[in-house]
Amino acid sequence: MKNSLPLIAFVLLVILLGVGLTLDPREVPSPFIGKPAPTFDLPKLYASTDSISVAEMKGKVWLLNVWASWCGACRAEHQVINRLVKNHQIEIIGLNYKDNADQAKQWLQELGNPYASIAVDHDGRTGIDWGVYGVPETFVVDKKGIIRYKNIGPVYQQDVDNTLLPLINQLQQESS
Amino acid sequence: MMTKWIGIALLMLSVQLHAAIEMYQFEQPEHEQLYKKMIDELRCLVCQNQNLSASNAGLAQDLRQQTYEMVSKGQSQQQIVDYMTQRYGDFVLYRPPVKLSTVLLWFGPIIMLLMGLIVLMMSLKKRKQATDEALSEEQQLRMKQLLDKGEK
Repeated sequence: MKNSLPLIAFVLLVILLGVGLTLDPREVPSPFIGKPAPTFDLPKLYASTDSISVAEMKGKVWLLNVWASWCGACRAEHQVINRLVKNHQIEIIGLNYKDNADQAKQWLQELGNPYASIAVDHDGRTGIDWGVYGVPETFVVDKKGIIRYKNIGPVYQQDVDNTLLPLINQLQQESS
Repeated sequence: MMTKWIGIALLMLSVQLHAAIEMYQFEQPEHEQLYKKMIDELRCLVCQNQNLSASNAGLAQDLRQQTYEMVSKGQSQQQIVDYMTQRYGDFVLYRPPVKLSTVLLWFGPIIMLLMGLIVLMMSLKKRKQATDEALSEEQQLRMKQLLDKGEK
């Protein structure tokens, strides 16, 4: 018994460090989960005199997908986003983050435009308001305008199947 | 001669690197002090082991700009910290507040150190006891027997 003390200590340390290995230090927990989505009122990419705001999305479950044409991982996730919209009629607002409008339009022409509308965040201010630190990022907002989930980095098909769709379906059931 | 030219070339490179860092004008020296303090204490989220002042990432530049604007408007350190943690959580601070979720972070090293000291003291004590204890009569007899056996 006496001799097993170091062994127990060692095993505990291994468990502690082992748990540490499974965590991703790049995933900063968002302080916004469960909080109201920060407001924005931004010009649209395709109609710069027209604007889009968070307020007008109230009563709907929607996604905010932060992307830019200079972002390689956005390109990687874009087909997944396209499929999600095509197969499940989900409204996704694009937040075009610190991008050049012409390049952004070019990019969408090439890869397809799944967005219900696209808000232009030219100077990255709205990105800061939403706590964005790396594109792509995807937020799920419920009918009451509360952020319920944040996907950091590219959305993979398995994220859609295992996390996003079940959550969206659940949120659709909730009253607004 | 060659090394001198290389040296001069390197010096010019370093000037160029510094030129990439933005220059801010402060109306009051306290503002500049607060600004410098804040960008040293806020973490760059993209390159996680750098603070805002050391990072040249796009987001770090934006957050420096934001800090500068807030400082220039006369906002306090607490207001800036609140603004940042509201958006990025405690992680943005190099010195996070003591809370339930950060207890291990703050006191873990001290606990580990104390545990190590206890183990060290225990094992030193044990070692001392082991050398101090005289052999019992029975043990001495057995030792003699063994030694005798060896001599044969």
